[in-house]
Amino acid sequence: MADIKTPPGTAVDEPGRAADRRPGQPFPEAGLRRTRTRATAGSGRMATLLVSPTLLVLSVVVLYPTIMALKESLYGTKGLDPKTGFIRTTEPFVGLRNYTGIFGAAGDRFWNAFWNTTFFTVVTVGLETLIGVAMALIMHKAFRGRALVRAGILVPWAVPTAISALLWRWIFNSNGIANAVIGHQILWTTEGFHAKVAVIIAEVWKTAPFIGLLVLAGLQVIPKEVYEAARIDGASALGQFWHITLPLVKPALLVAVLFRCLDALRMFDLPYILVGAQKNSVETLSMLAQNEASNVRFGPASAYAVLLFLYVLLIALAFVRVLGADLVGDGGATGRSAGRRRRRITALRRAEVTA
Amino acid sequence: MTITAKWRGRLLYVGVAAVVAYCLAPFYWMLVSSLRRTSDIFDTSLLPSTVSFENYRAVFSPSQGFTRALLNSLIVAGITTALALLLATFTAYAMARLEFRFKRLILTLIIATSMFPVVSIVVPLLKLFTDIGWINTYQSMIVPSMSFALPLAVWNLTTFFRQMPDELEHAAMIDGCTRGQAFRKIIIPLAAPGIFTTAIITFIAAWNEFLIALSMTNKPAMQTAPVAISKFSGATQFETPFGSQMAAGVLVTIPLVVMVLLFQRRIVAGLTAGAAK
Repeated sequence: MADIKTPPGTAVDEPGRAADRRPGQPFPEAGLRRTRTRATAGSGRMATLLVSPTLLVLSVVVLYPTIMALKESLYGTKGLDPKTGFIRTTEPFVGLRNYTGIFGAAGDRFWNAFWNTTFFTVVTVGLETLIGVAMALIMHKAFRGRALVRAGILVPWAVPTAISALLWRWIFNSNGIANAVIGHQILWTTEGFHAKVAVIIAEVWKTAPFIGLLVLAGLQVIPKEVYEAARIDGASALGQFWHITLPLVKPALLVAVLFRCLDALRMFDLPYILVGAQKNSVETLSMLAQNEASNVRFGPASAYAVLLFLYVLLIALAFVRVLGADLVGDGGATGRSAGRRRRRITALRRAEVTA
Repeated sequence: MTITAKWRGRLLYVGVAAVVAYCLAPFYWMLVSSLRRTSDIFDTSLLPSTVSFENYRAVFSPSQGFTRALLNSLIVAGITTALALLLATFTAYAMARLEFRFKRLILTLIIATSMFPVVSIVVPLLKLFTDIGWINTYQSMIVPSMSFALPLAVWNLTTFFRQMPDELEHAAMIDGCTRGQAFRKIIIPLAAPGIFTTAIITFIAAWNEFLIALSMTNKPAMQTAPVAISKFSGATQFETPFGSQMAAGVLVTIPLVVMVLLFQRRIVAGLTAGAAK
């Protein structure tokens, strides 16, 4: 076996593969098994070394706070104890009362925030998808000025949400440009349905170009031949869009819509700055939880945060399960086995070179 | 060229113009408003009647503390980006290049955390940081920011590393490099554009963060720029200083817009990397 031993530095994965191709060697199986386990273990050790710092940091900044929130949501608030009449200095254990509270009289604010969040998500993501797809189709067809369009389209994305909220508050000012353009005096940033409209317009402005970009990337990988074939078969422009473009762009669009949905569900900056805190017409779940926490009511705040988390998780799972959105983007198991096959071939080639 | 084709071409230009106008008009309005005088701030003309830098001077008046806020933003976003990139480069390399158990599960989990509602970690961390006296410190903003910056960086870098051919690294290892040396001498220099793009995207995300910065500070001296601008005070309590808010908004956004214009091709590649598969 000495003649096919590879130098130590190169024996990274599956060098034993070459050994079992040589007939008449003593104990080929034993040698194979030993080297392969060692190689896999080495790769595993290395991966552990490289991945664990990230996992450690994420455990500290995401997992640990989540567990804390779960525990905290079982406690009430400091304050006057109704039984003894004394001021409590510790938070009393209340069990699930913070959760069951949303079905009681105090639940109105929660359900209002819940419906606001859902309404904003459905309407903004719907409009963004329509506008984004339209933008992508225009950009895909345009040849001159494409660089300009692409640079322009990144501007709303780069503007900080907080700044865009201030900008739109200025636009929607009672003496601002929006009222001047439509010729009506609407107090956009006061309570009422118009406040919702203002938030939706500002949100759609900032995020529709993002969907446009992702869909454009999806459009650019569709081969031209597919359209040519369809044209020869006499498909109309609308037919081409409906039967070719849309199905082929679906994976890219699905991921974009999923990201936008999850982002819209945690909306905070925009309504907070554009309209203000504790405004019924625009209060989202994030705003409700943050407001409760800043008023030192950590128990209810944590319960709302946990419920929002579960809501987001549910929507994400629905996307992945029902619609089959591929997040990781390596095509799943087929991609992996292809990678393994490729590596096996390179391992074989390497063994030949060194032999 | 037939007449219909000509009309179609013209229609396309109208479409392109509409897209550009949609994206830039509100931003242009911010720029124009910031250049007006306080006396004609409510003008609706498309160009300022008199160009004035009065608002910009107001932004830098010591009472607003804007310079300090910019510095705070730079520190928080800079350290967050540096830390996230350092950790993410190693992890993304393992994700793209090594085979190990639970790889797909781990990558899915990391990506999933980036979509986590920030408020769900802000609420418990606010209580914790209040207890240990971390309110109004940089670390109280940097640590929670890692929750979205790190997954973002891992995901972007993994896609970049995957696009690089395996063969280069193998060739280096055949020539006697260890995996570590191949990583340092071959992968890192070749991946530099990808790492740079990831740095820009992560920095923009950290720079634009609002909820964490708002919750973790209550002293004006520790606020980041977005929080400080949203709390700008006017001459009286009931007067919103729109002019100086727009000027500050322009100042905060211009560096990002310049970066975006310079590196738009790379940023688009980075943003769409996952989706175009």
